[in-house]
Amino acid sequence: MKIMVGIKRVVDYNVRIRVKSDGSGIDTDGVKMSINPFDEIALEQALRIREAGQAEEVIVITVGGSECQQQLRTGLAMGADRAIQVDADNSLQPLTVARTFLKLVEKEQPGLVILGKQAIDGDNSQTGQMLAALWGRPQATFASGLELSGDTATVIREVDAGLETIEIDLPAVVTVDLRLNEPRFVKLPDIMKAKRKPLEVISLDDLGVTAQNDLQVSHYAPPAVREKGIMVEDTAQLVAELKNRGLV
Amino acid sequence: MSETTTEREVMDYDVIIVGAGPAGLACSIHLKQLKPDLMVAVIEKSAEIGAHILSGAVIEPEPLDELLPGWRDNPPPICIPVESDEISLLTPTSRFRLPTPPQQKNHGNLVVSLGALCAWLAPQAEALGVDIFPGYAASGIYFADEGSVAGVIIGDMGVDKQGTPKDTYMQGIEIHAPLTVLAEGCRGHLSKQLISKFKLDANSDPQAYGIGIKELWRVEAGKCKPGLVQHSIGWPLDKNTYGGSFIYHMDKDRVAVGFVCALDYADPDFSPFEAFQQFKHHPSVKPLFEGGEILSSGARTIIEGGAQSLPTTEMPGALLIGDAAGLLNLPKIKGTHQAIRSGMLAASHIAETGNGAGFDKLLRASPIMQELHKVRNIRPGFNKGLWRGLITAGIETITAGKLPRTLHNHADYSATKKLNDFSGVDRHWVERDLAPRDRLASVYFAGTEHDEDQPVHLQILEPDVCTTRCSKEYNNPCTKFCPASVYEMVEDGSARHLQINAANCVHCKTCDIKDPYQIINWVTPEGGSGPNYQNL
Ligand SMILES: Cc1cc2nc3c(=O)[nH]c(=O)nc-3n(C[C@H](O)[C@H](O)[C@H](O)COP(=O)(O)OP(=O)(O)OC[C@H]3O[C@@H](n4cnc5c(N)ncnc54)[C@H](O)[C@@H]3O)c2cc1C
Ligand code: SF4
Repeated sequence: MKIMVGIKRVVDYNVRIRVKSDGSGIDTDGVKMSINPFDEIALEQALRIREAGQAEEVIVITVGGSECQQQLRTGLAMGADRAIQVDADNSLQPLTVARTFLKLVEKEQPGLVILGKQAIDGDNSQTGQMLAALWGRPQATFASGLELSGDTATVIREVDAGLETIEIDLPAVVTVDLRLNEPRFVKLPDIMKAKRKPLEVISLDDLGVTAQNDLQVSHYAPPAVREKGIMVEDTAQLVAELKNRGLV
Repeated sequence: MSETTTEREVMDYDVIIVGAGPAGLACSIHLKQLKPDLMVAVIEKSAEIGAHILSGAVIEPEPLDELLPGWRDNPPPICIPVESDEISLLTPTSRFRLPTPPQQKNHGNLVVSLGALCAWLAPQAEALGVDIFPGYAASGIYFADEGSVAGVIIGDMGVDKQGTPKDTYMQGIEIHAPLTVLAEGCRGHLSKQLISKFKLDANSDPQAYGIGIKELWRVEAGKCKPGLVQHSIGWPLDKNTYGGSFIYHMDKDRVAVGFVCALDYADPDFSPFEAFQQFKHHPSVKPLFEGGEILSSGARTIIEGGAQSLPTTEMPGALLIGDAAGLLNLPKIKGTHQAIRSGMLAASHIAETGNGAGFDKLLRASPIMQELHKVRNIRPGFNKGLWRGLITAGIETITAGKLPRTLHNHADYSATKKLNDFSGVDRHWVERDLAPRDRLASVYFAGTEHDEDQPVHLQILEPDVCTTRCSKEYNNPCTKFCPASVYEMVEDGSARHLQINAANCVHCKTCDIKDPYQIINWVTPEGGSGPNYQNL
């Protein structure tokens, strides 16, 4: 069985992001970029499944510009066997990404697709669900546990009410949550090995997908800054100040 | 250091370079230019190249012209020609323009972000075939049986606070190489051990250091004058403390502001961070930042000892280059050109001879050393205070350092006075309202990150001293000089103890240098930890 894992290049979670002064987007100038943390967890799980002998190959895939190859190489250094970059604009929306993934799924015929539950840049949480629907296969989202046996997978899902355990038929799409595992560190010699692993570049056109941007972002704005507080002496002053501001 | 419990995995290279700053990267590039077949690796503790680099920076571009002819057609992302220079003397309320001394004339120089410059150099090195490994700290030296340096040991990852392996444990590997080049920058963790082990400083003065604290701001439209370079001396420092400020105007309304202060100050209660914040509130400075936004901040020590303090720069199996050796030109506050030049010099020596022997002699006969020799008396001249220092600086500059005298450096920590011996000075410090409010707010803009569950990388060799002698004699200066509030004295019931907030550390190394008892040892934390500087 093959496992396919989606990898997205995002602004690192440690970076304090800033909205560009003209509101047209996020300032990524000189900013550290990383693998979306949920995708790293997805890849770790795929590698564990392969190491347990339940899969033969782990393929990391991404849709984006050539700079995303850096994250694919990291995925290869973690242990993926090969990588595919679908060359495209970085601002693709989830539906186009899901359609692109579908083409790759049709081509590679994986038994399991593991994705992050969401990317920490747009926080959309849509790609996995859309892919499952387009593919016509089961989905299990927000996984914090994943066991395979034969043609089925048992997935523990993090839901509002607590944990839900479901069984799904493979092939399927699983999207993973934070608690599923702790991704491994990359070993230095593996970075060198990763340089020699295959990384295929395909264009969106070759796959016959047209980028479709149905949603328009009008502008970005930072959250309003909190006004400087004042220290009040006593309750009387507190009440007076609240009245002053028309709050009581 | 080289004793290992289990067999570590080994990688072999011809040359291993520790540190991807300008010195290490220039050395790697030049090695590959001269000998494309050499296997060269660069190890860097920051998660991304440039993320631990903090500098001014106004740089002299000539060494870059030599290293990469044609680089001007593909310049680094921030690169603005200097348009004009100003130097002023500040009093608490006024500013007096001084004539610009020749060392600080910057015509032809460039305002850059050194972090961004390194991030721009790294792919050029990789294109030549250098293997660069960001996110890995060289935590120890691998010694050959006869005692010579034979490579480095990469730190283990996934170890908990008590030192036991976690689920993610990964043993660090050994990198073996006939030659190790230490390009760790100021107060290198391995360089320090090797200088002591091989007694490389036996014939030099104690090393002298300063601390530099810096912020990057986006100022209100119209206030930034790209290419303007401003320096000041005087307030908020007292007349016995050597240091000053810099403000470098970049593009896109971005302004770099920083403050440098020699670490041989006497006041045990002095806070360089507070002095920097005070400077920003000087009536002639504050308007520049009002209405602006702080983007990034951090701190790093500067190696200031110059010619007198330069240790021997070679030992069996290894070389020191750049700030790891101590080649910065202090009156210019420039070390980048010296770092690049020394990296290139080491590369051509290695390419020519196949080893490091003879490098020290070559370095001392080179223009790199001549430059340091000329300015050797300027910093020690300030030991007698600002006015005497300015006079010495004037004389040494006019005579180009040709007077047959050499003033000496002393160890910075030994200059700290005990509480009883120090009579307070009135610093005329003011109420502040510009960001950041305090050191913790500042750390936030450094983006610093350490997994809390790892061994504390600030080792206190004699913890009892902190609560007994140090509290009494010096009032715990570590709680003041650390720019990231790592050290805190906390009361627990009737007792007090030193709490180390290691996760805040920005790797400046001030504590390793200034602690009066020399009992703080900075060691490398897990690779990839530390600040995430953006364009510093
Ligand atoms: C506030 C300030 C202002 C300055 N202004 C200027 C200026 O205007 N112009 C100028 O020319 N110079 C300036 N300098 C000096 C200049 O920054 C240095 O001279 C220069 O950076 C030295 O280069 P380097 O390569 O030797 O070391 P560094 O630039 O310090 O690089 C060392 C690298 O090695 C890494 N490293 C260290 N130890 C290890 C280890 N054990 N394992 C793995 N990696 C490690 C570090 O993370 C770092 O990336 C300034 C310095 C400061 C602090
Ligand atoms: S703990 Fe030491 S090295 Fe870290 S920020 Fe504080 S003074 Fe600098």
